[in-house]
Amino acid sequence: MEAVLAGIKVMVTDEGYLTDFSQWTKEIGAEIAKEDGITMTERHWEVINWIQEQVKAGNGLSVRGIKKSGVIDIKEFYSLFPGGPLKLATKIAGVPKPKSCI
Amino acid sequence: MGQTKVKKMLFILSKATIENVYAAFVMANGARMEGIESEIFFTFFGLEAIQKKKLKHLHVATVGNPAMHMPTMLGGLPGMEALATKMMKKEMDKLDMPPIDEFLEILSASGVKLWACKLAVDMFHLNENDLIEDLDGILTIGDFYSKADIDGTQLLFI
Repeated sequence: MEAVLAGIKVMVTDEGYLTDFSQWTKEIGAEIAKEDGITMTERHWEVINWIQEQVKAGNGLSVRGIKKSGVIDIKEFYSLFPGGPLKLATKIAGVPKPKSCI
Repeated sequence: MGQTKVKKMLFILSKATIENVYAAFVMANGARMEGIESEIFFTFFGLEAIQKKKLKHLHVATVGNPAMHMPTMLGGLPGMEALATKMMKKEMDKLDMPPIDEFLEILSASGVKLWACKLAVDMFHLNENDLIEDLDGILTIGDFYSKADIDGTQLLFI
């Protein structure tokens, strides 16, 4: 469905995930974050960049991957994106919701 | 998808076969990934999963497990459990499932509370030194019930 984020018309799933990454901008990411009660900092963006790189490279995302990322540890990941970190971070990053159970 | 009404998951893990331990761990981790609180109470044989010396040597049950699709007598042959366990671990690794020790670290870092059952600890003559560093403490079952302190708490026996 269509949604307007940061003044731009984009296509999203009914859970609010962008369906086309080419429509993503940092402003859109920040607005999605705000809706979920997160104020983005430089640290948040580092994680978002890492997630986008992983998806671009075709790597699956999991909490174990976060642990091995070298960018962030699991504890900080949960504190930056409270209430379902991988779900929230992928939504902010404009990439699909991870399908993995771990 | 709608909003879940589950706010907290409490697991009682009473078995040490790999399939049961992983079931508990995947569900506990999955809860945290959805923003749901999650705690595990290790009791009886489940305690093996948090004993430093034992947690790396858990096995699949090959006897009395019809889903193994092998005659029970074959499952009892020496080395059978080890073989089945090795095969299963290989498959789990392909799915990026962490080994038990790493999974426990992930759970703890994710905010899953890990508790040992006092009665079982006493029965197996264990003490805190035998158990993993990440353990949050040794509790009675009554103490564990008191963790069911919010609406939307679910308790699961494995």
